[in-house]
Amino acid sequence: MSTLEETAAGVREALPGSEVQLERATEVMTINIGPHHPATHGVLRLVVQLEGEVVRDLYPVIGYVHTGIEKSCEDKSYWKVIPFVERMDYVSYYFQMEAFCGAVERLVELQIPERAKALRVIHLELNRIHSHLVWLGTTALDLGAISMLWYCFRERDKILDLFEMSGGQRMHTRYFQVGGVIEDVPLGWEQKLRRFIADMPVRVEQYMALLDRNEIFLNRTRNTGVVPRDRLLELGVTGPLLRAAGEPWDLRKVFDYLGYGRYDFRIPIGTVGDNYDRYRVRLAEMVESVRIIEQALDGLPEGPFIADDRKYVLPPRSELSTSMESLIHHFKLVTEGYRVPPGELYYAIEGPRGELGCFVLADGSAKPARVHFRDSSFVNLQAFRDMCVGGYVADMIASLGMLDPILGGTDR
Amino acid sequence: MPDAAGLELIRAEIAEKHPGAVPATSFEHGQAMLVVDPEQVLEVLRWLRDTPGQEYRFLSSLHAADYLPAEPRFGVHYELLNRDRVERLRVKAVIADPPGEELPELDSCVELYPAADFQEREAYDFFGIVFRGHPDLRRILLPDDYVGWPQRRDFPVGGEPVLFTHNEHETAGGDS
Repeated sequence: MSTLEETAAGVREALPGSEVQLERATEVMTINIGPHHPATHGVLRLVVQLEGEVVRDLYPVIGYVHTGIEKSCEDKSYWKVIPFVERMDYVSYYFQMEAFCGAVERLVELQIPERAKALRVIHLELNRIHSHLVWLGTTALDLGAISMLWYCFRERDKILDLFEMSGGQRMHTRYFQVGGVIEDVPLGWEQKLRRFIADMPVRVEQYMALLDRNEIFLNRTRNTGVVPRDRLLELGVTGPLLRAAGEPWDLRKVFDYLGYGRYDFRIPIGTVGDNYDRYRVRLAEMVESVRIIEQALDGLPEGPFIADDRKYVLPPRSELSTSMESLIHHFKLVTEGYRVPPGELYYAIEGPRGELGCFVLADGSAKPARVHFRDSSFVNLQAFRDMCVGGYVADMIASLGMLDPILGGTDR
Repeated sequence: MPDAAGLELIRAEIAEKHPGAVPATSFEHGQAMLVVDPEQVLEVLRWLRDTPGQEYRFLSSLHAADYLPAEPRFGVHYELLNRDRVERLRVKAVIADPPGEELPELDSCVELYPAADFQEREAYDFFGIVFRGHPDLRRILLPDDYVGWPQRRDFPVGGEPVLFTHNEHETAGGDS
């Protein structure tokens, strides 16, 4: 400081009458980040007002991967909508399927068998772990912990192997059907899953051992991106972001869909609501998901895996060659699809990013008149400005990772 | 969820304060819904949010739907939630399509529920429903220069040509 003042005094002496400013002149600069940027986790564009390194204002620009899925759904019969909606939020496809199938099942008042419920719960919770692993790997990568990505994707690959075994595909499996699931799980799947759930809690501990005492990681996540709980609720934020701020709100606990009420699991919550809490909440959630899978697997009921209602559910393949009636049902269901009585319904489940709701409007035909997804990333993104304004631009990248938006879901 | 009787109670209480604000209710598949007059939607939402004993303080979702060929044509749904009692309540404002090029209008509820910001923009983007008083009502998912309201039922699927390099200069929306 003294040298600066000395220089200023020198300048004043040499050039009498000249003005010397000791204050650093700052100007607000508008910077465009994205839409193609590795740290934006997809095709998100951020228009940021920077004053030096400090974020003064920002707004997100989305829509770069909008593909009109909701509109396309209106042109497809109900069972053909399922593969469409899976492709919205491409890391939590089982959740999209459950939201849509559950909404249609409620519209036609179709009960699904207990085994189907348990199989759905297992796949949903595996998908939650998978989604959190993708989040952890990419977010840690943004914060400089490159090796985390390989460890997380190693475990993710095991989950994808399980999905491939049960549904035939690694992603976008179309495994959930209106009425249950398309196929029972194959022989050997249970053993493979048991090996995975025995392994997973140890892996989570390893992740924590890598990150929890890493000073860089702690400095970059602690006390950054804090938004008070009341503000989050105002903005409609749900999921791990809300729970990290200390609000124990989880739709699995309160609405008891798919028989979640019978499983014993806890809702991890944070205290401060900073990025570190968000990280801890998600890691704890992975362990809770493993507990749910374990209980669902132990209590997996015997019986049918799909409802036996020929009006909505395809007859078993073996019957087609012996029963004329089954052949007719099969033909009608595949060509025309089933009709859903007029009505509208909103069905919300707890996705990995918060409340995932599906609104279906039926007009009595075989195609939905409107399918709308209340995507959690879309709504949560509204809190991003509150998380970043006043902080450094580097913290903005950390906060964006911890917000965990999936742009396929926001844009649909 | 308020049950069918509870829903009628809510309706009667609103009718005392704001006569004619709730012309109909519906209770289907265990979900309660108030159909409200679009001119009074803010009063109803404020009443539901602030009245002791109601306190639907969380807006889960706001979305629009096109009920063509029914009249009035558009519906805007507010999925309200009371987290303490774990009760959902849907409020539906039905709006007629004004003649000609005019767009249907509705009051914005961003003041009451800041969560509605992006979702009102989405409803505007796809249905052309103008939310009066919204702080920043622009298209959100479609390009700013897009023409048309694609989620309306009379907008055809595939009504828009696919952009390739060989036809981008002939097609609306492409860089000429």
